[in-house]
Amino acid sequence: MDSNSNSYSQLQNENSSLPDFIRNSSSQRSTSSIQSFHSKASGGHSVKEDARLVYINDPEKTNEKFEFAKNSIRTGKYSILTFLPRNLFEQFHRVAYIYFLVIAILNQLPQLAVFGRGASIMPLAFVLLVTAVKDGYEDYRRHRSDNIENNRLAWVLVNDQFQQKKWKDMRVGEIVKISANETLPCDMVLLSTSDTTGVAYIQTTNLDGESNLKTRYAKQETQMKNPEKEKISGLIKCEKPNRNIYGFQANMEIDGKRVSLGPSNIILRGCELKNTSWALGIVVYAGGETKAMLNNSGAPSKRSRLETHMNREIIYLSIFLVVLCTIVSVCHGAWLRRHKDDLVLMQFYRKKDYSEPKVDDYNYYGWGMEIFFVFLMSVIVFQIMIPISLYISMELVRVGQAYFMIRDDRMYDKASNSRFQCRALNINEDLGQIKYVFSDKTGTLTENKMEFQCASIGGVDYSGGKAISEDEQTGYSLRVEGQVFRPKMKVKVDPELLSLSKQKHTDEGRHVHDFFIALAACNTIVPLTVETSDPALKLIDYQGESPDEQALVYAAAAYGFMLIERTSGHIVIDIQGERQRYNVLGLHEFDSDRKRMSVILGCPDNTFKVFVKGADTTMFNVIDRSLNSNTVKATEDHLHLYSSKGLRTLVVGMRDLSASEFEQWQSSYERASTALMGRAALLRKVAYNVETSLSILGASAIEDKLQQGVPEAIESLRNAGIKVWVLTGDKQETAISIGYSSKLLTSKMTQIVVNNNSKESCKKSLDDALVMCKKLTTDSDATRRGSGARKTEIALIIDGTSLVHILDTELEEQLFNLSSKCTVVLCCRVAPLQKAGIVALMKNRANEMTLAIGDGANDVSMIQMADVGIGISGQEGRQAVMASDFAMAQFRFLVPLLFVHGHWNYQRMSYMILYNVYRNAVFVLVLFWYALFTSFTLTTAITDWSSVLYSVIYTALPTIVVGVLDKDLSRTTLLRYPQLYGTGQRQESYNGKLFWVTIMDTLWQSIAAFFVPLLAYWGSDVDRSSLGDLWTIAVVILVNIHLAMDVVRWYWITHAAIWGSIVATFICVMVIDVLPFLPGYWAFFHIAGTKLFWACLFGITIAALVPRFVVKIFIQYFRPDDIQIARELEKVENSRESRDAEIEMNPIFDPPRR
Amino acid sequence: MNSNTPSTSAGGTGSADSTAPRRNSKRPKYSRFTQQELPACKPILTPKWVISAFLLVSVIFIPIGVVSLFASRNVVEIIDRYETDCIPLDSRNDKVGFIQSPQDKTCNRTLTVPKRMKQPIYVYYQLDNFYQNHRRYVKSRSDQQLRNPGKEDDTSSCDPEDTTADGMRIVPCGLIAWSLFNDTYDFTRNNQPVTLNKRDISWKSDRDHKFGKKVYPKNFQNNTLVGGARLDPSKSLSEQENLIVWMRTAALPTFRKLYGKIEVDLQAGDVINVELQNNYNTYSFNGKKKLVLSTTSWLGGKNDFLGIAYLVVGGLCFFLAMVFTIIYLVKPRQLGDPSYLSWNRNPGGR
Repeated sequence: MDSNSNSYSQLQNENSSLPDFIRNSSSQRSTSSIQSFHSKASGGHSVKEDARLVYINDPEKTNEKFEFAKNSIRTGKYSILTFLPRNLFEQFHRVAYIYFLVIAILNQLPQLAVFGRGASIMPLAFVLLVTAVKDGYEDYRRHRSDNIENNRLAWVLVNDQFQQKKWKDMRVGEIVKISANETLPCDMVLLSTSDTTGVAYIQTTNLDGESNLKTRYAKQETQMKNPEKEKISGLIKCEKPNRNIYGFQANMEIDGKRVSLGPSNIILRGCELKNTSWALGIVVYAGGETKAMLNNSGAPSKRSRLETHMNREIIYLSIFLVVLCTIVSVCHGAWLRRHKDDLVLMQFYRKKDYSEPKVDDYNYYGWGMEIFFVFLMSVIVFQIMIPISLYISMELVRVGQAYFMIRDDRMYDKASNSRFQCRALNINEDLGQIKYVFSDKTGTLTENKMEFQCASIGGVDYSGGKAISEDEQTGYSLRVEGQVFRPKMKVKVDPELLSLSKQKHTDEGRHVHDFFIALAACNTIVPLTVETSDPALKLIDYQGESPDEQALVYAAAAYGFMLIERTSGHIVIDIQGERQRYNVLGLHEFDSDRKRMSVILGCPDNTFKVFVKGADTTMFNVIDRSLNSNTVKATEDHLHLYSSKGLRTLVVGMRDLSASEFEQWQSSYERASTALMGRAALLRKVAYNVETSLSILGASAIEDKLQQGVPEAIESLRNAGIKVWVLTGDKQETAISIGYSSKLLTSKMTQIVVNNNSKESCKKSLDDALVMCKKLTTDSDATRRGSGARKTEIALIIDGTSLVHILDTELEEQLFNLSSKCTVVLCCRVAPLQKAGIVALMKNRANEMTLAIGDGANDVSMIQMADVGIGISGQEGRQAVMASDFAMAQFRFLVPLLFVHGHWNYQRMSYMILYNVYRNAVFVLVLFWYALFTSFTLTTAITDWSSVLYSVIYTALPTIVVGVLDKDLSRTTLLRYPQLYGTGQRQESYNGKLFWVTIMDTLWQSIAAFFVPLLAYWGSDVDRSSLGDLWTIAVVILVNIHLAMDVVRWYWITHAAIWGSIVATFICVMVIDVLPFLPGYWAFFHIAGTKLFWACLFGITIAALVPRFVVKIFIQYFRPDDIQIARELEKVENSRESRDAEIEMNPIFDPPRR
Repeated sequence: MNSNTPSTSAGGTGSADSTAPRRNSKRPKYSRFTQQELPACKPILTPKWVISAFLLVSVIFIPIGVVSLFASRNVVEIIDRYETDCIPLDSRNDKVGFIQSPQDKTCNRTLTVPKRMKQPIYVYYQLDNFYQNHRRYVKSRSDQQLRNPGKEDDTSSCDPEDTTADGMRIVPCGLIAWSLFNDTYDFTRNNQPVTLNKRDISWKSDRDHKFGKKVYPKNFQNNTLVGGARLDPSKSLSEQENLIVWMRTAALPTFRKLYGKIEVDLQAGDVINVELQNNYNTYSFNGKKKLVLSTTSWLGGKNDFLGIAYLVVGGLCFFLAMVFTIIYLVKPRQLGDPSYLSWNRNPGGR
């Protein structure tokens, strides 16, 4: 039964050239295909020189040379001592903080001290403190969970006895004993298990989320040994710790023999042992070097496109800042030059210091230095020109947006009880700009829940199955000693076939009988009994690696052929209430060459039969057509029918083996399975010999169910102008059929298929396709001009083999040109890395936003490559989720995610960036204008504290509240008109033009805010502090009213934030002015007592905002964008509704949804 | 076969009960807040609203503009620029030399009242081109020293006028105090002296809290270079109102400071003689000096700007209201007309 070959050892070189995931693009073919692959290319040499040497049961020797990591884990970043320096160091990785710091340091120099020392450090200190507290708390939680984990206990062999040891004290080389249902503390190579054949079942839910059982094997060489009685010694050479959880290369020297070890011999930390009462293993990787821990790193950080664009604008702003500073400093220099002879006597300059005995220049360093100092000082004063606080508010806003996305009721999946997850916090707004969606098929578009649909048995099609409703029929169940056994999943049955399956003696009945025996036996499924709340009822849960096989076994059970027990030597099938024991004499596992598997059974009536099931393409080669050609013909027709419905088909055949044939097979099988060299090749040869001249039993059709709402979602996405590409590992026919059922492909589309084996033929078919494309589009252009017909839509279908020749060559360009003309692209048979390659192709060349969505380990590279990666937290595992930026349970949630949240996030964030730039620039410009009236010396009328508090208290909250809460359009409108999504794709809410318009507006507003008071108070006895207070308040009111003008939806929170900020500003200004040690003592109360003050405030607000208002209404009236129209539609409909409601005297509110 | 050998450990640790499924639903708690369905007011700019807004602004602004223009026009102001005229003709080549010399700087000016001026009439001196907001200048003061007799030594911010050459602390220290304005004015009308009230010209808050009642000038103007007026060392700072006024540094390079108040009405045609001491050196930077007599209105001094600004904005808004009304009548656009949606305007083309 041990199907591992000894011969495939040491193939590192062959393997390392392959990407890690290719070897398991689907869990279905994991172990067997790897081994066959290995055995094909034999002849490598021992594991590389830098291998890890593990001496079995000798941790001292193992750790002698190199100290391998202990088994304690540390996910916490800091210790108490290192917290402060490390945390500060990490925080200062952000450019924003460096900027803050440099400015604060500059301000500490006595020559440059513009602001008070406290005032200049406070904002930085505040931000650092908040972040440090947050980081510290997170780290504390990590430490706590580490502690719990490290102090768990496990049985470890010490001095030939198993003793309990804490996890953290375990070392590489020790032998560990694990009991059933225990979690593995580290990565270990299996030595022996409670099963005589050395099988252990493990569940890898914690590792990759797959809940089915996987089989792992102990080597026969170690299986027989009992370490407590006899000393085991040996040496394992294995590869260095790495992240590949599906790969393991090693060999073991034991008793002078050399045995090779593969991924099926290792069990990893985090897995659970199931169905096996105990297992012994030797620790090879521990602690931080285990594969689980190495995979624990988060998703790579991505940067949102808006932020990238913003950085360009930030550069403009920096240039602007430098220009302002240059103007001030150069003018200051000129002023000094002009007055250079007067400086000594000028009362307000007085160059000389007479207080020292030696009269010297006071604070004067020559006009060159003065210019330089003034430049630096102006940088300090105008520092908020670079809206550094924007980065912090953006983070806060994203947290708020994430909060709402996670809480969204409409993105909660009841079936899996999972919410939407935000794993990356910095690309929320990218969700509003997606142009390409790359989707995996299995598990993403489909549920990856295979359901037996219909069968063709003996040339007759049975597809009249009906869904069983709960009360109508409970499905097949079995009674043994008062206990009821029932399959866990219900399958709809065809009544005709059900009655046939009960007849034993007709010809048809026998045929059906054999067919279902084949379904029940020819697989690697393990039945498990699960207790239920009802003690008399037990469910049978079929566990296996292939969902197709599960579906088939459930189907067989539904028709009364219930698989009850499987050991390595026999299976027990309950056939219509009768227990039958079949000896499993041999099993030829599935491999990708044969595309079939077979099992040789010793039947209760002492006959030998071989049952084979496999893909139609290879099965018809080994079916003897002469036996019953009509049946074969009919089956082929049915197969065609099934696959056109998008069903997955398998053909089943069988043959009776005569005694001589059986003996011949048995001897060669035994020889092959004990061979030391080329075992897999020999086994395959044996399989080829026995899988011939089969008689056809029939074919099964399994539905790969589409997830709920997928066709509708795809249609919406398409309406929104998003191009949906499907990248799948499945074969072309399946992919196309799913394409049809998901409405990705329609019959109106012209299909272009690229399916080639060489570079030349690829080039040719791409060229042809391009020509055809051009022809079609020009044709349709012509017809459209004539009749207004729709544009011809083109679908490109391309397979992985062709992509091998296209990606990374000069043909890429052609593929890009072709695919950008196509509405739909379907890539089938693609390897995981190719998926990433295609995403990269579109991302880099089209310069559009890409989104990848997938659920399996094979989608990881694509998810990480795309601008936005979404993991489906469903059936296949957590790998995709771990690598993703967002995770959700269903494909259809993409629609609310993109159209609603993505749109909102984009709109909010775009506006917030523009507004923050404006907000800070207005303030800086007011300071700048004043600098022109202070002989360019950067005195500020506005107090230091107000300058500092401006972006922290006076104006910070409203923009965050609006950024989190404001909605330009309601959810219903956005979902009703998917086209509204185009706003984000076309970057209508944030672009260079809007930026410059904002800057012009800023310029005018700052002029109004500064010059109205200046001219109104010109030549009066107003003092600096009073006028400064007026400017402060004017700017704050202006900036808040500006925001208020652009708010679409006024919640009470918005009201509170905006008006509250203005009130807070008044309070702060008053507080600053009641401190008698500041020069501005009581200034506010004096100036606020004059009517001129209020007249100025009122005038500024109106005068500054009129141009903006006029432009806004002109655009809204003459060139309304889609959002504007949709908003009006909302309003119009609302008022219509309320009018209707009034007539009916029956007010309709939003129906409470609960 | 060793399937049942190590019995010591078989299933011994029953710690693995983590498989027990947790049935607490993760469904987000429904609330209008989390679903972003809070009740909201969503105003929309309909033409009606726009036009009324513009009209409202013009209705408010135009009257305010008119009223403040009237107020400003009603203010009577006499401005006399004297910095050049008060230098004897022969000294005009070296004004700085003259002002630094110890000779008599008395200067007589004659002002004619153009219109009746009601009391109180404020007497200001106005300096042009004097940067009381220059950074060096503004910082050179010690607010602690001014109010607290114990903080006499707190002169660190007063450079370069913190101590005398022999190291004695100056009270009040700093450039601002040092440069105290020292021209003086005496008014006579028809040879009758006009009394000038120099009390209560500063802010009460400054006198009470900012300038100490127990802080007396020390070592003031004892340095080589005298910047301006001297202070009476026997009077506390809170009584030295001209200092208090001066220390409220002006916002702009052209500024007025209150010198005193005339508390009698002046009739139109009255001739007022001013005997002034032209002591203050503004010649080194071409600063102008003016003497200003002015009444006030509810809006302050004579300044037409705000009234004009209000009229302009109000007029503009009225004009815009008209423009919009015309547009609305000539080329109406129905609100929320779906045919304006981009994908309805040019179907098929994206």
